[in-house]
Amino acid sequence: MISFTAVCKRYPGGVEALKDVSFTVADREMVLVTGHSGAGKTTLLKLMAAIERPTSGSVVINGQNVGTLRRRAIPFLRRNLGLIFEDHKLLFDRNAFDNVVLPLNIVGYDSREAARRVRAALDKVGLLHKERAYPITLSGGEQRRLAIARAIVHRPAMLLADDPTGNVDAEHARELGDLFRSFHQVGVTVVIATHDALLAQHLASRAIALRSGGIVPEFPRT
Amino acid sequence: MRTWLTQHARTLAATCARFARSRMASLLNIAVIGIALALPVGGYVILGTLQHLARTHGSTPQLSVFLALDASGDDAAAVRDRLKRHASVLKFSFVPRDQALRELKASAGLADVVDSLQHNPLPDAFVVDARDGGAGNLQNMREEFRKWPKVAHVQLDTAWATRLDALLRLGKLVVLLLAAALGIAMVAVTFNTIRLQILTQREEIEVSRLIGATDPFIRRPFLYYGAVLGAFGGLAAWALVWAGAYVLNHSLTEIGQIYGASLNLRRLTPEESTGIVLFSTWLCWLGAWLSVQQHLVAVDPV
Ligand SMILES: Nc1ncnc2c1ncn2[C@@H]1O[C@H](COP(=O)(O)OP(=O)(O)O)[C@@H](O)[C@H]1O
Ligand SMILES: [Mg+2]
Repeated sequence: MISFTAVCKRYPGGVEALKDVSFTVADREMVLVTGHSGAGKTTLLKLMAAIERPTSGSVVINGQNVGTLRRRAIPFLRRNLGLIFEDHKLLFDRNAFDNVVLPLNIVGYDSREAARRVRAALDKVGLLHKERAYPITLSGGEQRRLAIARAIVHRPAMLLADDPTGNVDAEHARELGDLFRSFHQVGVTVVIATHDALLAQHLASRAIALRSGGIVPEFPRT
Repeated sequence: MRTWLTQHARTLAATCARFARSRMASLLNIAVIGIALALPVGGYVILGTLQHLARTHGSTPQLSVFLALDASGDDAAAVRDRLKRHASVLKFSFVPRDQALRELKASAGLADVVDSLQHNPLPDAFVVDARDGGAGNLQNMREEFRKWPKVAHVQLDTAWATRLDALLRLGKLVVLLLAAALGIAMVAVTFNTIRLQILTQREEIEVSRLIGATDPFIRRPFLYYGAVLGAFGGLAAWALVWAGAYVLNHSLTEIGQIYGASLNLRRLTPEESTGIVLFSTWLCWLGAWLSVQQHLVAVDPV
């Protein structure tokens, strides 16, 4: 479970990226974080992965206060998460296989088991035939999918995706949406930050709408 | 434990792969470290050889113990007894005053002078060979002997030994300073090499951190690289010294034959060789460690 309580985040320099944000995400739930560029979506996800620390308020994930986590404990938090970054952060000096195997090497998997899992992950995102390809030779959509494969290869219980359909055409965006839904269906908690209204509409799950760092209250339906 | 071992084995394999990939740069690094280490080690070998030569071939250190002019035969016998029992005395010979005068007379151009003397001005004397030729030891023996009854004067020929001793001590100091300076250079070389590696692998480090790599995991390949660099550098230094000694010994043997002495640079013992490689490994590891401490913080996203 993810729970934010009165979270504020002020960056050095004075920008208030999040103001008094409170919400919870249940286990196995799929949630969208929506809002325009600069609304604070990325900041929200970074707080969950302890990439940034809240200025005030508490960020609790599975009973652990992430905001006050000791530095040495942070890697072990991140190993339980699947992170998909806005700029996907692929390594361009190695092929698809070696990109995806990285999280397994960090944990120290046996290499045969690791290879099996990497191929399963690549297969899941439809890139099995490209395992020897370098990221630079992949299309924008393929790079996105490669980043997803790296995020799921260690089978995390929670997937945090930051704008996973940026620079991807509508049809591919829908495919990616289906991919996330399939993870959700096998019991993974999924949080997707997006400004893509089509994707939001396609997924039709609960949305946390941000505007200038605050949560937009849901209007009761009439 | 298993995963821990695999991680280390994997890092070692990856480190060797990295050496193989950047063969030229790695070889140059190893050469720099090998030469830096070979200089003081070579100096150490030469010093050790000189010391050995000084002990075995140098004129055995001698003391001359002169008795008082009025010493009787019994007094001389008493001194002889004491010398016989003394632990530091290797051997000694007695030079009676008459014999001393005869020798003096025989030596060039002094016959007239000696003949003109009314009576023999020379005392009885013992010439003593010391067991240990260290300058300090000779001084001690001298102090002791001169307190004996009827001993008028003890003269020791330490000038040569003292001078050599001082020279060797100076040489040792030079080698030590050289070793310190080049040790620092070795640390600096590794420090810089690792700094460049961290710079070129910035992205990989950052991504690894973001997906759950611990600090030790990120540090490990760099520390391994440093240690392996040091080990190879140490081996290179050993090989250089060995080759140098081999080449020099060839010509040294010829020179030695001319003077009828056996001149040979001493070999490094297995303990010394292992020590050199271990020390080099440690130094380069230290350089890598310092570099990692300094530069990994800069890549830290949190
Ligand atoms: N590292 C940072 N330092 C300073 N300001 C930042 C930093 N990251 C984001 N911001 C600011 O915080 C606000 C929210 O940014 P962000 O969370 O990236 O929004 P979004 O992902 O919704 O576009 C923006 O005004 C942005 O300029
Ligand atoms: Mg963003």
